[in-house]
Amino acid sequence: MKAPLSWIREYVDLPADVTLSALTDRLTMLGLKLEAVTNPADAVTGPLVVGRVLTLEKEPQKNGKTINWCTVDVGDANGTGEPQGIVCGAHNFVEGDLVVVCLPGAVLPGDFEISARKTYGHLSAGMICSAAELGLGTDHDGIIVLPADAGAPGDDAFDVLGMDDPVIEFEINPDRAYALSLRGIAREAALGFDLPFTDPAARDTPAANADGHPVVVDDAAGCPVFVARSVSGFDPTATTPGWMATRLEQAGMRPVSLAVDVTNYVMLELGRPIHGYDREKLSGAVRVRRAAAGEKLTTLDGVVRTLSAEDLVVTDDSGIIGLGGVMGGETTEISETTTSILVEAAHWDAVSMFRTGKRHRLTSEAGKRNERGVDPEITEAAADRVVELLVELGGATADAGVTVVGTPPARVSITIPVDLPARISGIDISAETTLAHLRAVGCEVAIDGDTLTAVAPSWRPDLTDPYDLVEEVVRIVGYDQVPSVLPPAPAGRGRSEAQRLRRRVGTTLAGAGLVETISYPFVGDADWDRLGLAEGDERRTALRVVNPLNNEEPFLATTLLPGLLKALARNVGRGTTDVALFETSLVFEPTGAKAPLLGVDRRPSDEEWASIEKAVPRQPMHLAIALTGHAEDAGWWGAGRLASWSDAIGTVRALADELGVELTVTATTREPWHPGRCAELRIGERVIGHAGELHPKVCKAYAVPARTAVAEIDLDALLEHATTVVTGPEFSSFPVAKEDVALVVDADVPAAAVEAALREGAGELLESIALFDVFTGEQVGEGKKSLAYALRFRAPDRTLKEGEASAAREAAVAMAAERTGAVQR
Amino acid sequence: MSGPNTDYDPVEVTPLKAEEVERMRDEAVAAIAAAADLEQLKQVRLDHAGDRSPLALANREIGALPPQARKEAGARVGQARGAVTKALGERTSVLEDEHEQRMLVEERVDVTLPTKRRRAGARHPITTFSERLSDVFLAMGWEVAEGPWVEAEWLNFDALNMGPDHPARTMQDTFWLEPADAALVLRTHTSPVQARTMLSQQPPIYVVCPGRVYRTDEVDATHSPVFHQIEGLVVDEGITMAHLKGTLDHMTTALFGEGITTRFRPSYFPFTEPSAEMDMVCFVCRGVDSDACRTCRGEGWIELGGCGVVNPRVLTACGIDPEVYSGIAFGFGIDRMLMFRHNVTDLRDVFEGDVRFASAFGTEI
Repeated sequence: MKAPLSWIREYVDLPADVTLSALTDRLTMLGLKLEAVTNPADAVTGPLVVGRVLTLEKEPQKNGKTINWCTVDVGDANGTGEPQGIVCGAHNFVEGDLVVVCLPGAVLPGDFEISARKTYGHLSAGMICSAAELGLGTDHDGIIVLPADAGAPGDDAFDVLGMDDPVIEFEINPDRAYALSLRGIAREAALGFDLPFTDPAARDTPAANADGHPVVVDDAAGCPVFVARSVSGFDPTATTPGWMATRLEQAGMRPVSLAVDVTNYVMLELGRPIHGYDREKLSGAVRVRRAAAGEKLTTLDGVVRTLSAEDLVVTDDSGIIGLGGVMGGETTEISETTTSILVEAAHWDAVSMFRTGKRHRLTSEAGKRNERGVDPEITEAAADRVVELLVELGGATADAGVTVVGTPPARVSITIPVDLPARISGIDISAETTLAHLRAVGCEVAIDGDTLTAVAPSWRPDLTDPYDLVEEVVRIVGYDQVPSVLPPAPAGRGRSEAQRLRRRVGTTLAGAGLVETISYPFVGDADWDRLGLAEGDERRTALRVVNPLNNEEPFLATTLLPGLLKALARNVGRGTTDVALFETSLVFEPTGAKAPLLGVDRRPSDEEWASIEKAVPRQPMHLAIALTGHAEDAGWWGAGRLASWSDAIGTVRALADELGVELTVTATTREPWHPGRCAELRIGERVIGHAGELHPKVCKAYAVPARTAVAEIDLDALLEHATTVVTGPEFSSFPVAKEDVALVVDADVPAAAVEAALREGAGELLESIALFDVFTGEQVGEGKKSLAYALRFRAPDRTLKEGEASAAREAAVAMAAERTGAVQR
Repeated sequence: MSGPNTDYDPVEVTPLKAEEVERMRDEAVAAIAAAADLEQLKQVRLDHAGDRSPLALANREIGALPPQARKEAGARVGQARGAVTKALGERTSVLEDEHEQRMLVEERVDVTLPTKRRRAGARHPITTFSERLSDVFLAMGWEVAEGPWVEAEWLNFDALNMGPDHPARTMQDTFWLEPADAALVLRTHTSPVQARTMLSQQPPIYVVCPGRVYRTDEVDATHSPVFHQIEGLVVDEGITMAHLKGTLDHMTTALFGEGITTRFRPSYFPFTEPSAEMDMVCFVCRGVDSDACRTCRGEGWIELGGCGVVNPRVLTACGIDPEVYSGIAFGFGIDRMLMFRHNVTDLRDVFEGDVRFASAFGTEI
């Protein structure tokens, strides 16, 4: 909302010591936040003076233009008192006119410096200004011709033009609709400085009579008050006076025509949207009703709108003539020939306005006010003000008929304990202060012992609840008066176990050299295809966004790999070729259930709550990693090591070790992994994820390097099994006995199976086992491989006897032979 | 080698004569002294102290002596061997020292060579900064509450006093999920976590809810459809705006230093009443000569977010008696605070996954 300071001053007499910044600071602290101040005077540097055109010679030019060679009396402003010679291209003035002259040295908006210069064969010493050149609007043709009594040559034109009029732009919160008017803003200014307020809506209005234009309201809930007034003999050629056009422009509205401008002006002044009809185009009674679904209306913006049964419409005998409170229709629009005008000032149901505006994607200055709540008690005053201006400025005659249908809704009364504002704000606020401030905002207040009852003023439909009154009192006392006190929180338990574990996962992975990323969850069919997911793959069943930012990516991720691979490709594309990434994020599993929309007057019942919980999709937290390039860099120490499938599996294994979870790894096939290099990761029988090398096709599809390795696991599942309370270990201080063994098995026997057999066969004395070599070649035979293990044996309570370790080793080998066909080399 | 001497008594055995033993000893000691390095000394040790050395052989002859002579000869040979062993030990020590000295010189390396074989990883600064923020509240005894990202419409809006026709509902551009009547959204704020907390426990409630939120903003340097918020909620008996101010002052002081406190300006949010915008003192210019300050753009204050007293309607919808309890709540953007605290100029860096971004922050902020 843009409010010219001069307009505010019409309703509140701000003393000189209230500076602009004092005013805006105070209003900001009252809840009308200062957005910006603009002042045309700030953009112009003088000298800018009144001049009288003494002579004017029209001089046609070769380029087809005609210029005026003028001499202009600028008094003593030019230091000589001699007439100033100026070339001017505009033609809307004659000798003797008072004009605005900027003399050499002046600077106009856009850093346009005025100097004496030779042009069209003359020395032009200055410029005769148009409004646009002074930054005073854009819609004026020609230069400014001042009224004959505007001043004398040489007078400072800043004052004459009223250029020094700051326009304050406020950000108005949705609850303070009353401040979408000069009436509301001035009222706050008066309240802020404890000054008297002149209410522009306070005016005597003629009583309703039976002579007015007939109005029928079928839906009193949607339109509680409808006031119709009319004027005749309006001069359609009458123009909007400059002061009104300026104010409309200052407030951000474009002047259109006098009749329209008057309605807009009154809307800005009082906050009450007004609609004007060409009365001659109306046939029969004006009626307000709900539309029938499917009815059509062409609104003033030229759009044909199909209406819903909830839309409030205004009709006459010809049909629908307007979308009530939101926008009028074309058929009864005021035109350049209109002489008879019906003025509608109606109070509309705010919710209905909001829904209609939303449904038809219509935002208008009228709609904005009507949907937030307008003072229902000023309909007659607003209509009367419009009639007054049409009579005064448009030569019209006010018709005697006054139609008033309906009555304004009753004012809301709210009862609160007198000390509630003090109790809620923590400020020491006396009962007297509370009463005074509530009265200052316009409430009628009655006190009864420890409680008070406040009747909210008609312009404050936002005041409905006890705490609304608290805010009113506290904002006037001042939010800066709120003391700073720490609340007495009970002793806490710190982070939850899951939160602690997740932090540990992050530090473990970062410690292992991986960098965390955060990706958008939006994916599309193309991602499923890039990953090579089969038609029936469960990951293709995803939640779909109704209104995605990108229609190609309407789904919510069921796997983190698309986002991670895109980040990987981005890094590689930017020249970082050795990359290790991880992401922990929720993935989304559709439930197909619909969430209930419950009431808010009480807590949901257990059943209702259960239905909400059931409808909210399962969203497990996943962990994904992606690796490419060097795991260990090459350098003076030798060749580096490239990350591979084993790093992907190893990273998850190391994480499981860190969390004390026993992970089982078996070979499997699953998209998007390389079919021969994909590990299934299990805890017991539960599959928690997969790791390995990315399928070459997937690498190509995501433009990531070949051999990129990835893993994705259900992190929640891993954390569920984490050992949170570690039992202190007991370990032997007796000597260790080491035994190595090399076993030949068929090439397709998993190393994990051999190790498991060795472990079982070795028995309790086995402390650890490590595979230190895998060998294939002629020596071990076609289709075979040799696995070399280092075994360490130790007893908890004694030194092993000669032969004990080797016997255990033999037992281990025997078990491996039995289980896996292993032969000792 | 001679056999046991049983034929005559006493017998003279040449190698055991005193002068012979002394000669052998002296030769050994001289050879030891002459050994130039550990390798030579090894040979000297074999020659003069080994099993086949003259003194060792002489020692074997002792048995051939008549019993009365054995003692003296044994002592003589023993002393000689002892001297040799001692000389060997001393020489070994000297030569080892010399060897070590040489090694230490020869083994000199260029310690300025690069040493980084593995790159350091990093957690995302949003993660670590969320933790740091949470730490401030955890230290006050609060707890950290979390909730799902796809949320029931009722929890995201209705329970927070944003009914279907509430103007504020359109202020937040919401991602809705199909089917259109599923009443599910990507949460537009972390406030549904507050509602969940109140629905799951009675006061006293002291929680912060950091987390990811979604709005239909196109990506640019300061907007992202995905971003992060942290909200705080206190519901207890006798809670006032003063507690809100105290909490926020403590937080900004903990994060930005002494003197960095907050101020309130009246505002509007459906879930709080009274509502306020909160600003913090600019931690760069501290409100002094702010005109040139790039962080606060001359304001002296930095906008943080919104806060207020929990609207009793919200308490009611969440099953808490507003006649007994009152609450305070606040919320602000983690990304935005990260940006101004760490001079991050482009929000896209947060979500593009370029490792150079997160790596700059390491594992803690």
